[in-house]
Amino acid sequence: MALLETRALRAFYGDYQALYGIDTRLEAGETVAIIGANGAGKSTYLKAIAGLIRRPADSVLFDGRPIGGEPAAAIVKLGIALVPEGRRLFPSLSVEENLLVGGHGRKAAGPWTLDRVYTLFPVLKERRAQAAPTLSGGQQQMAAIGRALMSNPRLLLCDEISLGLAPIIIADIYAALPQIKAEGTSVVLVEQDIAQAMKVSDRVYCFQEGRLSLTGRPRELTREQIHDAYFGT
Amino acid sequence: MRVMKDGRPASSRVFSVATGVGASRAALAGAVAILLMLAALPAFAARNLIQDLIFLFYMLALAQCWNLLAGFSGLISVGQQAFVGLGGYMLFALTLFAGLDPLLAIPLAGLVCAVFALPTALIVFRLRGAYFAIGTWVVAEVYRLVFAQFKGLGGGTGTSLAPSITSTVFGIEWVKGLFDVRTPAARDIISYWGALVLMAGTLASVYALLRSRRGLALGAIRDQEAAAAGLGVDIYRTKLAVYVAAAAMIGMIGALIYLQKARISPDAAFSVLDWTAYVIFIVVIGGIGTMEGPVVGAIIFYLLQRYLADFGAWYLILLGTLAIAVMLFAPRGLWGFVAERFGVTLFPTRRRLIVGTDGSKRA
Amino acid sequence: MTDALDAVIQGILLGGLYALFAAGLSLIFGVMRLVNLAHGDLIVLAAFVVLFLAEKLGLDPFVAVLVAAPILFAIGFVLQHVLLNRTLGRDLLPPLLVTFGLSIIIQNGLLQLFSADSERLRSGAIETASIALGGGIAIGVVPLLTLLSAIAAIVVLNLIFYRTPLGRAFRATSDDLEVAQLMGIDHHRIFATAMGLAFVVIAIAALYLGLRSNFDPTIGPARLLYAFEAVIIGGLGSFWGTLAGGIVLGLAQTIGARIDPEWQILSGHLAFLVVLAIRPRGLFPRALD
Repeated sequence: MALLETRALRAFYGDYQALYGIDTRLEAGETVAIIGANGAGKSTYLKAIAGLIRRPADSVLFDGRPIGGEPAAAIVKLGIALVPEGRRLFPSLSVEENLLVGGHGRKAAGPWTLDRVYTLFPVLKERRAQAAPTLSGGQQQMAAIGRALMSNPRLLLCDEISLGLAPIIIADIYAALPQIKAEGTSVVLVEQDIAQAMKVSDRVYCFQEGRLSLTGRPRELTREQIHDAYFGT
Repeated sequence: MRVMKDGRPASSRVFSVATGVGASRAALAGAVAILLMLAALPAFAARNLIQDLIFLFYMLALAQCWNLLAGFSGLISVGQQAFVGLGGYMLFALTLFAGLDPLLAIPLAGLVCAVFALPTALIVFRLRGAYFAIGTWVVAEVYRLVFAQFKGLGGGTGTSLAPSITSTVFGIEWVKGLFDVRTPAARDIISYWGALVLMAGTLASVYALLRSRRGLALGAIRDQEAAAAGLGVDIYRTKLAVYVAAAAMIGMIGALIYLQKARISPDAAFSVLDWTAYVIFIVVIGGIGTMEGPVVGAIIFYLLQRYLADFGAWYLILLGTLAIAVMLFAPRGLWGFVAERFGVTLFPTRRRLIVGTDGSKRA
Repeated sequence: MTDALDAVIQGILLGGLYALFAAGLSLIFGVMRLVNLAHGDLIVLAAFVVLFLAEKLGLDPFVAVLVAAPILFAIGFVLQHVLLNRTLGRDLLPPLLVTFGLSIIIQNGLLQLFSADSERLRSGAIETASIALGGGIAIGVVPLLTLLSAIAAIVVLNLIFYRTPLGRAFRATSDDLEVAQLMGIDHHRIFATAMGLAFVVIAIAALYLGLRSNFDPTIGPARLLYAFEAVIIGGLGSFWGTLAGGIVLGLAQTIGARIDPEWQILSGHLAFLVVLAIRPRGLFPRALD
């Protein structure tokens, strides 16, 4: 049984349809990459899983159970954590408080504690008492990932974690991924940086204008296939 | 060259903007007819009805003003009693101290209110949203406390208009002769016509404003202020202009109200309940942000007031509960609900884009 | 000279009462951006609850308020959960108009239940007790307790906000409602808890309101205005700022009253308008907006 499955997932923003029947699958322990152009529906896909937008009740299944009717706060308690696009740390809270609030809803036992997150991202420990907005973009991204990890999720959803960051910082952040995977967390990566995403993922889905245009294992896909799926020519 | 889906070349489309709809032209004609009938009413109606209608007219006029501020301009005020009271006191001051005819004092009272509204706005506009609302309330309280200090106008207990003033209102002799009534009834009839003119004037002014360029700017400000600013709409001056205009209208209405009552006191003239709570109720029940809504609301309120006001505290609890229920379950009010259901607009203020080709127009 | 000093002291003590009025308003606005137009009436409602418990159970008001506190917490929690949560959203009008309607309902409901008669909370000798400071100046014990309670309440509120998980949740929800949900924070319950907490502060404010002066169902709106003025003068976003605002307001009113007793309330309003004109963000605003 797949850890996460979406079946005919549809999503709307008012009258605008952003997703047209998306079928995806993720097995426990896998890392899946979602790629596609701007506006293709990648973030919408993550928001739908995380419960931030309305979706049909049986369109998202976690451990075989339909969770489409649950609100966002309940989804976290089930073990799914979203690192939102643009980091979105809480500006009134310090770095450490941001991390602590990540564990607010889900009191599950697990490897991710404050110390463990500081081991993963040592720079956060140095700046633990600083207000979140004073951090650099890369440090904020680390804090946002750490915050999501504090709920000890079984599934981590990452929305464009490389956005607006310099390549060397991106590499630093991606260097943390293997450790996250080693603790048994499954990961969905929405990325514009295709190269990076393909390097770390077991499977790739390409979105194009709200629909799936391609799926497969990174090693098996050619550049041309990806290019066509991405741009839809 | 891009081609449209149905084969027409894209470059030949013609756009125009219109506000009027078919029903609205009929409604306008109907409204004029109704106004003429109302003007002729004193010839047939009993004094009680005339007095009731005066109340209906000025509450409707006040409701249109509050609606203009809150429903169309995003300026939610719970302090418009400031200008009702100021207008009322100006009427008394101008007639008692300057010996002016009351009918002349009414527009002057409006002018004074406009003058006072300017510095008031400069301070109160520093607040936003709900804080702005309470700020307007504080201003009204300041006016109330200040007028309570003016011994010349009766201080805390208030004063009355002397018969020498109330019986010499311009036109009273003519009315007495025309309808064969005594002075008090004649005064009521003049107040009635004054209220009718103010109500019609307020409706017409608000309608004209909303259909003007300023009105379009208001809609933009209300919907998305940051975007409106980005397009060059001078938000501050537009809001200021609306606030001052509304203050002038409210001031004139206040002057008329207290001409008719002939007795004023600070607590009555600056009453939150009478001039803000009831007005808000009227607009909410009828429909915020539409012109027809306050008309519906005023009629409903008049009926409720007439038949239920004797129940005192229970009546007010009922009004409060109704307002909350409407806000939660039918936020567009009674008219809003009907208009959406049946697609009716009698006094449209929104623009529609009409797309046609090569000079032929299709709505 | 002692007259002026006495005015200042009395003004500061009065400020304690206004700070208590304002703290609840500040808390609610800080967490959920709700300005509760029924705030003053809720203080009056709480005063009647304390009065009722004191009379029916034969308790001293200081004890009655301890009994009233959890009851009022529950009322606030339910009110928020059932009614006020529905009004929150992007639109400004619903919360404003619903709380305005609530204000009318509470005033008239209290009128029906308790009549328009003036009431007072009685606590025996403490009401008139005072401490002599020498030089002819004396401080009333009740006003002093009011100020100390205001300070204590603000200390506790700051503790909750900045040192507990609940406070973290308050601040996170206030910052970014959507992402707070991603942390597993149920914002409906958080808002209801915040309102319940505010009601406890309101209960304390009501105790001192009732001890210091007479109260009746109609005095709510004036209290709302004082609370609001204290919050604005002090600056949004800081509980200590609210205390400062309350004291400034208390000073303005007391000094105005010394010039002419009829000018007391007006002086407060004018001080508020002056602060608004020259320092619109208040005297001690938080850096973040």
